[in-house]
Amino acid sequence: MLETARRYRKRKESPVEETRRLLDAIKRDTLNSFITIDEQGALLSARSAEDLLDREDAGVLAGIPVAVKDNICTCGVRTTCASEILADFVPAYDATVVKKLKDQGAVILGKTNLDEFAMGSTTTTSCFGPTRNPWDPSRTPGGSSGGSAAAVAAMLCAGALGSDTGGSIRMPASFCGITGLKPTYGSVSRYGLVAFASSLDQIGPMAATARDAAVLFDAIKGHDPLDSTSALHDYAPTDLEGIDLRGVRIGVPEDFFGPGLNPEVESAVLSGIAELADMGAQVVDIRLPHVRYGVAVYYIVATAEASSNLARYDGVRYGMRAGESGGLRNMYLQTRSKGFGAEVKRRIMLGTYALSAGYYDAYYRKASQVRTLIADDFRAAFSLCDIIAGPTTPVTAFGLDEMVDDPLSIYLLDIYTIPANLAGLPALSIPCGFDSRGLPVGMQLMAPHFREDLLLGAGIAFQDRTGHHKVRP
Amino acid sequence: MVYIAALIRKYQGVNKNVKITDADVLHAAALARISLDGDELRKLSGELDAVLDYMDLLSEVDTSGVSPTHHPLPAVNAMRDDVARQSLDLEDAVRNAPRHKDGCVVVPKVIE
Repeated sequence: MLETARRYRKRKESPVEETRRLLDAIKRDTLNSFITIDEQGALLSARSAEDLLDREDAGVLAGIPVAVKDNICTCGVRTTCASEILADFVPAYDATVVKKLKDQGAVILGKTNLDEFAMGSTTTTSCFGPTRNPWDPSRTPGGSSGGSAAAVAAMLCAGALGSDTGGSIRMPASFCGITGLKPTYGSVSRYGLVAFASSLDQIGPMAATARDAAVLFDAIKGHDPLDSTSALHDYAPTDLEGIDLRGVRIGVPEDFFGPGLNPEVESAVLSGIAELADMGAQVVDIRLPHVRYGVAVYYIVATAEASSNLARYDGVRYGMRAGESGGLRNMYLQTRSKGFGAEVKRRIMLGTYALSAGYYDAYYRKASQVRTLIADDFRAAFSLCDIIAGPTTPVTAFGLDEMVDDPLSIYLLDIYTIPANLAGLPALSIPCGFDSRGLPVGMQLMAPHFREDLLLGAGIAFQDRTGHHKVRP
Repeated sequence: MVYIAALIRKYQGVNKNVKITDADVLHAAALARISLDGDELRKLSGELDAVLDYMDLLSEVDTSGVSPTHHPLPAVNAMRDDVARQSLDLEDAVRNAPRHKDGCVVVPKVIE
């Protein structure tokens, strides 16, 4: 992204040329990373960016081609959530993040594929078909922001927006060898993000480098009066020089290592941590004793919230409608039964059950209490360290044919990413090596609320010393 | 995926006392306004049972006296001043409705 901005300024390339080149590449894309291409809108923005660049005050994002996950509303461009139920939905307004990108001159190429309603870790539940991993098209790119991750890794865009409810930015970033940031809860406006689980959802940047991710994060962060959960925090711009790691305490929780973690992933992550230590960071052992309950807590809290958020898809105000002739109740039933895919139904059912009379205390209340203990673990850990480091995912990208028909196995892929969502913490995934098949491994860094500067600063410093992020599929 | 299987074995709940019956699943489906055919019901019952069995893991945590977290940051209601501001045009607001007429959403008869 910064590289493209430099090329524009040296007049080596113009936004229109770059946009045309990428639109052509996207049309030839065999990974299925995009659901909708906005050729007209993109070229229009690219042309205005050229005027902008002729003046001296153009921002870094002027003319930069980006992609947006298809659960983020774009005015006049359909926003499907990869679901039959919203397949024809055309928003009448832009999400705040989209408006911010446009206001800064970015070119939005199109909308990227995802698991239906962002519910998944493989980008296979999309009603538009699965996205494939650019490192090996027989494998999953991870999910749910798999389209954005694949598009960035395949260099079909300079950067992308994803959303992360339980790992949906970091997990595909890890599987596709790119950098992905899940910001602090409330730090980026969610106005115009189709709601999945409102106490967990967060929009964030995905890019080839931590520097690019920082530029995108700076472009979208900040308070928004249109989002009532938006935090009133005064962020400074991220320092793109990175941070000096000398004396920075890196906490390594033994709870993130052990059974279930692929040894090749473990060894790449440990070598990443050793690199941070070489740069002067002080590695300390910490414990997060309750994170092992994270997946169980998450699949109660997230599904409970989803069952409520997705109640709005009833065939009345937007989306598809079925069974109209059988009366209103039948219309609700038919619309939802035909419109939602299997995983979405499964989660709505689980959440409805967990909230239903007689089970509320055993599931939802219990999970919300354990959530407190997980947040407390992090508070205690951050008194001993500045950054927590560990793996992003237990495995590297697996084959689409290795997918097992067992929801629980898929849910457990998010075991290391979920705790940050439950505690509202910022977390970054950066490439830290490769497994024996040459598939990328991600290292996850977590920091206290609103300390994205530490994560991005450490990521930038790490990438200035290492080359993992430069290897392309 | 072999590693994930190991994780499941490690964490799988030991007390199999929570079982979701077909009747429970149908009740939740009715609440969620989702209709299930026989195959879907059988599949979902099994899957939900396995997931709920895993959730049993939480029973080993002592949560007495722990207050629940519903929101990750301490936040209070965000109120805005009660002043009119520009909003969507009526036509834009109803354009996505599957059926609409004269700026109104059209639905099947509610009262017989």
